[in-house]
Amino acid sequence: MKKNSKTQNKSVGLIGWVDERFPLSSFIKNHLTEYYAPKNFNFWYFFGALALFTFVMQILTGIFLTMYYKPDAAQAFASVEFIMRDVSFGWLIRYMHSTGASLFFVVIYLHMFRGLMYGSYKKPRELLWLFGVAIFLLLMAESFFGYLLPWGQMSYWGAQVIVNLFATIPFIGPDLAEWVRGDYLVSDATLNRFFAFHVIALPLALAGLIMCHLVALHEVGSNNPDGIEIKDTKDKKTGIPLDGIPFHPYYTVKDLTGLTVFLIVFASIIFFAPEMGGYFLEANNFVPADPLVTPSHIAPTWYFTPFYSILRAVPPILGSQFPGVAAMGLSVLIFFFVPWLDKSKVRSIRYKGILYKKWLAAFVVSFIILGYLGTVPSNIWGQFSSIIPLLGGVDVATFVARIFTLVYFAFFIMMPIYSKKDVTKKVPKRVTM
Amino acid sequence: MRFFIIIFLFISSFSFSAENIELSKAPVDLTDNQSLQRGARTFTNYCLNCHSAKYMRYSNLQDIGLSAETIKNDLLFTGNKIGDTMSVNMSMKDSKKWFGASPPDLSVVARSRGADWIYSYMRGFYRDPTRPMGWNNTVYVNSAMPHILWELEGEKILNPKTKKLEKFSSGKLNAKEYDATIADLTNYLVYMSEPDQLKRKKMGYYVIGFLLLLLFLTINLKKEYWRDIK
Repeated sequence: MKKNSKTQNKSVGLIGWVDERFPLSSFIKNHLTEYYAPKNFNFWYFFGALALFTFVMQILTGIFLTMYYKPDAAQAFASVEFIMRDVSFGWLIRYMHSTGASLFFVVIYLHMFRGLMYGSYKKPRELLWLFGVAIFLLLMAESFFGYLLPWGQMSYWGAQVIVNLFATIPFIGPDLAEWVRGDYLVSDATLNRFFAFHVIALPLALAGLIMCHLVALHEVGSNNPDGIEIKDTKDKKTGIPLDGIPFHPYYTVKDLTGLTVFLIVFASIIFFAPEMGGYFLEANNFVPADPLVTPSHIAPTWYFTPFYSILRAVPPILGSQFPGVAAMGLSVLIFFFVPWLDKSKVRSIRYKGILYKKWLAAFVVSFIILGYLGTVPSNIWGQFSSIIPLLGGVDVATFVARIFTLVYFAFFIMMPIYSKKDVTKKVPKRVTM
Repeated sequence: MRFFIIIFLFISSFSFSAENIELSKAPVDLTDNQSLQRGARTFTNYCLNCHSAKYMRYSNLQDIGLSAETIKNDLLFTGNKIGDTMSVNMSMKDSKKWFGASPPDLSVVARSRGADWIYSYMRGFYRDPTRPMGWNNTVYVNSAMPHILWELEGEKILNPKTKKLEKFSSGKLNAKEYDATIADLTNYLVYMSEPDQLKRKKMGYYVIGFLLLLLFLTINLKKEYWRDIK
């Protein structure tokens, strides 16, 4: 440690004692006080820190819920009501967890949108992006497993529908679905294994991936709204990037402000609208799971609905639903390829041309419309009149979902073409505030 | 971009065609302890014979201003203790045989059905000789439940032409009094679905008040630190 050139000032006392045995001071320096982040972060740069905060909060509230929750088909629903009524502040912990789950996705979606806007996936941040998409994937699995645990009607039938998606895979499908459930239908065995995945397997994997995400981030440094590499213009004497400022205290205090605003939104939902009009906690989930009564309308929670819409939009081929399932899987996995699909010379949307802006807007619009359509039955807008050729009798909503599914995929598939053709602006040398 | 605007206009020109049963707005007021107490009485006297509320404890009724003595003397019928939950002795198997469906637990019914649904359902019963129990309902068609409060409301019949309910015979209460009784019952069911909800909202004001104060501090802290960043 004494010879480590990074530790310029030798610490004394207790810290000195620790430093000789563990890289405490150097860690704080490398990752906080002497980690230089671009000084021009804007609103969109709050969401990474907020995602980390939400993750920690979900773990903490989850630990307390686990103390009273019973992963048993005969007791699960009752144990949740016990938490809501008889455990002191149990309702608060439970609402924090259920609201936290939804807000986690809000934060993650905004975080991903930031990445798409400012080209945060472009060289050298490809691996950072890949870790991020992997985190997103695991988060979807985590929330899916968690959603079964209250053992309400929506929990039960939602899980039934999603597990049955596996059954559509040719040849191995039905056996695979049965293997996942551990039974012929969603049952106590399923609940127990989903509980195991939800409380230990996935959180552990998520923690590991989040660490990799952060290590990769600190290796390459943060991107910024200008998409300029701040490491390219360093102070000649000190070697510190001219446009960089130490993460601590500058961004810790800035993120603290963002966090407070986030907490105000969060508290408003927890205390005044924990069900969020049925989007965060669905009405049907206050009915205990009943394998004999299928609800007339099964919809996943709002954060899955864009992908669910894609699933429903793709028509079956030769009676097999597999194409829809494959399209849905692809709609998530396609994010992995973005670093190699974008052929633009510049990173940030600020210097990209009108083409990219139009495509990104089209993508956001289709994501939102698909998201809405996923929450409602596909006959919501009725059918086309039978007079219209080809479309006669087709559900209007399904037709709209098909169009936007195409737009959704076109955003990615056409990216190599439009990002290359796009007329970009000249990128300045230094960042703009 | 124009393409999306056209699509959007196209979409919004379609009206919603979901099955619409007209529900009346339930006058819910959880701060009205008198109403909640009357609702609790109706609930324990009538509903609790067949329906359970097995997540709700009798002792919780102290939140709505009932004393432990009153609860013991007036609301506990079945030899239950005050710390017990509101269970029924009827077995699910028997009730299924008698009614064709087991009466569901009502602890959280206000959260699954909604207050307006309950309020409308309880006012939607009418005589229908074709049904096994002799009763039908406009809100929940072919509901297995008979009209338990018919002695209070009297009987109604459905006019096949106008599709409206018409009075057939009088009960102990007039229409206004009956609606008030159902309003109290609905109010109570909403309270019972989440007994801590008033406490939750009250606490929310303090929490948000604190956070606004914290926001003022954090904004200024940030400004102070960022003064030297140009």
